[in-house]
Amino acid sequence: MVTPIAPASMYRTREGLGLWEHKGKVAAVGVGHSKTARRWDGTAENCIGAWAIEAMRKAIEDAGISPSEVDGIVLDTTTTTGAHWPAGRPIPTEVVNAYKPTDDPLDGIAKLSAEWLINNMPELTNVKFTMVGPGCMSNVIVVASQAIGDGLANTCLLVKAWHNLDGRYYQGGANAEPTISGYAKWSNWAGPASFGTATQFQRYLHKYNKSHDMMAPFMINSRENGLKFPEGYWYQHRPEHLTYEDYVNARWVAKPANLYDNDIPIMAAASYLFTTADRAKDMKQKPVYILGHATNATPKIRSGQPTLEECEDACATTGRQLYEAAGIKASDLSFENMYDGFSLFHVFHLEGLRFANIQPGEALDYFQSEDISIHGPNPISPSGGNVGSGRTRYWKHTDCIQQIQGRAGERQISKPAEIGVSGGPMPTGGNFTVWGANPD
Amino acid sequence: MPKQSPVPEDVDRGFFEAANQDRLVIQNCTACNRLQHPPQPACGACGSADHLEWKEMSGKGTIYSYAVVYDSPVASLQADQPYNCAIIALDEDPGIKMLSHLPGTPVDEVPMDAPVRAIFEVTQATGQKVVEWQVVN
Repeated sequence: MVTPIAPASMYRTREGLGLWEHKGKVAAVGVGHSKTARRWDGTAENCIGAWAIEAMRKAIEDAGISPSEVDGIVLDTTTTTGAHWPAGRPIPTEVVNAYKPTDDPLDGIAKLSAEWLINNMPELTNVKFTMVGPGCMSNVIVVASQAIGDGLANTCLLVKAWHNLDGRYYQGGANAEPTISGYAKWSNWAGPASFGTATQFQRYLHKYNKSHDMMAPFMINSRENGLKFPEGYWYQHRPEHLTYEDYVNARWVAKPANLYDNDIPIMAAASYLFTTADRAKDMKQKPVYILGHATNATPKIRSGQPTLEECEDACATTGRQLYEAAGIKASDLSFENMYDGFSLFHVFHLEGLRFANIQPGEALDYFQSEDISIHGPNPISPSGGNVGSGRTRYWKHTDCIQQIQGRAGERQISKPAEIGVSGGPMPTGGNFTVWGANPD
Repeated sequence: MPKQSPVPEDVDRGFFEAANQDRLVIQNCTACNRLQHPPQPACGACGSADHLEWKEMSGKGTIYSYAVVYDSPVASLQADQPYNCAIIALDEDPGIKMLSHLPGTPVDEVPMDAPVRAIFEVTQATGQKVVEWQVVN
């Protein structure tokens, strides 16, 4: 069995498609997380495959169903946070042989297939549907929602796992060579991955006459929310508050993006259990209904680096697509959990959504003057996102489910959590979902 | 700054051959009358590869944005950190953007929207020239 990549027909990539045809007919019920670590310790019990299994079993248990009821798996098969298995490094056979491997010895170590998971989860006796939603959990959620709505599966496990190896990223290989080939020849003058976002944000600061330190309230709030997220990295390993001074004095990576604007790579896995709205009614947790989804797949990027204007246009389009799909207005959102890794483009998402009626150029002022915390009238990133819990791109989704289920614990927002939105990764390309407490 | 030498390939050979002659050319689709950069095998608008040409540019532009890089993974650039890396918008079509280290401009003293002109810089490994940009005083 080779798991196919989701076809383009599963994504809603433009405006004008109307209400999502399966609005309220698909629900998230169970949530499972592995532990977190900064890096893999090289042991079999802590390989990324093992952690994915841990997360999946927790999601099944959380939903209160039998594993045999699971008939689908949707996942992202890539697990890298940026760290790839070094060429020439021996693959540890004791780790490979601790599990039932596939033909690829790195499966379960530096990548993850549905086949590897099924091989090593004998309790999954009824899986008939598997599909890849490439990139991150945001994509997996869209694909699983569409698959269940379309009747391709009834009860699906969604899986996203991230391995992180020792050493610094990207320091070797082509970056260490005296010559450069391929498309990288057009981007390698820049350097770090956050360069593009840094230039967009620089233009934003110039255009709207703002300053980088105006991000501080958002960053501090995100870390606070992360410290209320027991599944997250900072909660588990470094329960440190972030102060204004910490943030504004942090070393630059690509100014105006500093160390904290760049999310910390970690190792972790998460799984959700999705099913039909009908089936969800009998499960252990309150259903959280998928009201709509949108994909920003056709940005109008003219050159190698998206510009601020292209980002702003893409985010506004995403917002309109989401509201159209879910049949809601911006003012219907109880909270938002858009992507934040890199933190700086969270302002583009907020403004694109018109969340809390924030207009272009207003997000940084909003951070200064309004209560953006979980107790405020418009909670911003109550998950804490990647800023608050490390690079996984899924805390925001977990938080949407848990907020609406009323079991976000210390992070629970004070106002009723009726409708939330999450998604990412990039402003000019990603997958986004609207979640609701009610199906209509 | 010591840059990696770009290795010309079929899709971009015209650009680099022109750079070696101190000329800036950009790929243009004559059917769409549309510039595009970086070079692609086909026009991003009409999808055709049959109408692509290399069009000479004036070598004038403005600084659209920039970042100051402190932590680059590219080995050849690390000795010069921190360094400016700007995005240049071409006068002929500001939608066309190119990167520049802005030689001669002090770190973090980058004048947004300032006019710049193209210069041609020799890279160390192969001698291939690349297009750089300098602020026009």
